[in-house]
Amino acid sequence: MHVIVVGLSHKTAPVEVREKLAVPESRLGEALGRLCSYSGVKEGVLLSTCNRVEVYSVVEDVEEGYARIQEFLADTHLSLSSEQLTPHLYWHTGDRAIAHLFRVAASLDSMIIGESQILGQLKNAFEVALAHKTTGVIMNKVVKKAISVAKRVRTETKISEMAVSVSYAAVELAKKIFSNLDEKTVLLVGAGEMAKLAARHLIAQGVHQVRITTRTPQHAIDLAEQFGGMPVPFDQFKDEMAAADIVLVSTGAAHYLIGAEDVQRAVDKRGNRPMFLIDISVPRNIDPAVRHVDNAFLFDIDDLKQRVEQNRAERLQEAEKAERMVVEEVGATLEWMKALEVTPTIVALRSRVDEIKQVEVEKVMSRLAHLSQQDRELVEGMASSIVNKLIHRTMVTLKAEVNSSNGPAFVEAARRFFHLDQSSTHSSEEEDRESRLRYLSPDPVESAHEEPEASVRKRAG
Amino acid sequence: MASVCFMITMALYFVATVSFLTYLLRRSDALSKVSLWVTAAGFAFHTIALVARMATASSPATPSFYEALSFFSWMMILVFLVVEFRHRIHVLGSFMVPLALVSLVSAAALPETVPTLKPVFKTLWVHVTLSMLGTVGFAVAFVAGVMYLIQDRLLKSKRFNVLYSKLPALDFLDHLNQQSIILGFPLLTLGIVTGAISAEFDRGSYVSWNPEQTGALITWLFYFFVLLGRLTVGWRAKRAAYLTVVGFACVILTLVGVVLKSHGALS
Repeated sequence: MHVIVVGLSHKTAPVEVREKLAVPESRLGEALGRLCSYSGVKEGVLLSTCNRVEVYSVVEDVEEGYARIQEFLADTHLSLSSEQLTPHLYWHTGDRAIAHLFRVAASLDSMIIGESQILGQLKNAFEVALAHKTTGVIMNKVVKKAISVAKRVRTETKISEMAVSVSYAAVELAKKIFSNLDEKTVLLVGAGEMAKLAARHLIAQGVHQVRITTRTPQHAIDLAEQFGGMPVPFDQFKDEMAAADIVLVSTGAAHYLIGAEDVQRAVDKRGNRPMFLIDISVPRNIDPAVRHVDNAFLFDIDDLKQRVEQNRAERLQEAEKAERMVVEEVGATLEWMKALEVTPTIVALRSRVDEIKQVEVEKVMSRLAHLSQQDRELVEGMASSIVNKLIHRTMVTLKAEVNSSNGPAFVEAARRFFHLDQSSTHSSEEEDRESRLRYLSPDPVESAHEEPEASVRKRAG
Repeated sequence: MASVCFMITMALYFVATVSFLTYLLRRSDALSKVSLWVTAAGFAFHTIALVARMATASSPATPSFYEALSFFSWMMILVFLVVEFRHRIHVLGSFMVPLALVSLVSAAALPETVPTLKPVFKTLWVHVTLSMLGTVGFAVAFVAGVMYLIQDRLLKSKRFNVLYSKLPALDFLDHLNQQSIILGFPLLTLGIVTGAISAEFDRGSYVSWNPEQTGALITWLFYFFVLLGRLTVGWRAKRAAYLTVVGFACVILTLVGVVLKSHGALS
């Protein structure tokens, strides 16, 4: 049995090819059925997002498997031939296939490194495969492991912590001024796209109130409805500024709308409570002289972009840590797969029962000191024959199922029944069971932890 | 026993200081845990040292300077551990632990027997303890103020460096500043009142305008206005940070004055 992956991603294929191959969710089940109907394809998971289409599979023969899956991919779209696809595809097997899956899950292969959507997409793909019963022991283990690796990467590195969009950088900055956004008020001046997006982020972070002003009164009223906010007449917004902790400005005006003295007045009125001003407009709408006003913090589009660039660089650094984790986890998974081979299992089973037999025989012998040598041999012989008869069927079945698709399942079962794994593997199994439980009941807390960026951005896949 | 524990405490605080300062400059968070544990271990030894000393002290009525400073340092670490536990702001340790170390080292530099005041009044320790607790409040306000000013400068100049990422939000620091003064001020007030009462018993007058008392009164007035200004005319944020940094300088000067006076009284 071999784990392989065949697919293409934003790194190898242009969008024209990716969109043709993409399988809509409604047709995933049918596609999986078709995939597993190819001979030699034992298990399959199909991951289809707008940035990648990949087939993870367990096959009997690697070369044969590659060919079948390429055929499968070419068949998904009528206008694509296998030859047209070839230059865009990548093929991996064994440790490289597993490493690839782990890297994809941990968002190390994403267009924006560290984004959190891919993990959800992978979970979804796995769920569909489970529902259509196209996965088995190996794929289940490997995909679950990939999900847990991704979670580990997210908690142990800062890969998804830092904002990599201009609008989210504004939120990140706000949090360095206000530790808690709950009771804060946002004033939105103008309705540029980026400002609206930043306002959405702030609302997602729980700001208390949003006030909106635009030159066209009706526009402000519409937006207020959209955001659950309050419209403010444009000619009065400067008076409203004192009540706003965060002022987001992006209008099309060609001059400064807010001067240093306006901000100074607002800060005075606020009793020197800090104020956070973001000017996303080009040309700028807030006089840069505001930087001389104490307790007012002004950032323009370039400042936000600078922050994003820094964060990108930091994410790349964190990605290196994550890559090391992936290597580690691939090693552990390969070991597990090796254990699924039949011969070592039979050897382990043999030595395990012999060990038990030996211990028990010795225990009994120490209490039967009066027995003659002949009687002793008899007792020992009885013990051996019980043990042998008990494991005989197991041995035969294991050998018979070596090449069947259920082989790994039998091996896995035998290893569990007879306790053939070390305690370390055991605990990882337990962890596994736990993750399966968690998997079955989607954890609401977890989705609350999702980077808000993801919840606001339109689902891109 | 007390002095052995004291030496161990000092060594541990030293290690924690170095580790916390390194943490400040490194991008990784890994050091914060080590620093925290070393600090906690130092705190445990410190507690033992203080208790052991209290048990063996010849005249518990009159704490020596050594004891007062050691107590100050112990309180600083206690406050840090409590705030750290509640808010997980490791970077506070990079500021408070060094301060605690400095006060402990200056305690060690003083002869152990220099008394804070002549042992005239049986309850003098009340005056010393209250004044010290008030001082701890101002010290925490000072730390919060320094951190505020740094973060303010970084935000204004848009230097998003490691320090920026580690320092907490401005309003948290301002809040910490405010709370420390709200707690420290009444304690200092009580400390001054009890001191005046004991002086009355000693010399027959509440105030004799010696450098120590003058310093204490100036400090008291200063913090009175800092607090009043915050509550009435909005002396918060950057101004409050500046004022508390200056105020703590006053406190240090007062303390130095008291030490000098005691030395003079001895010789």
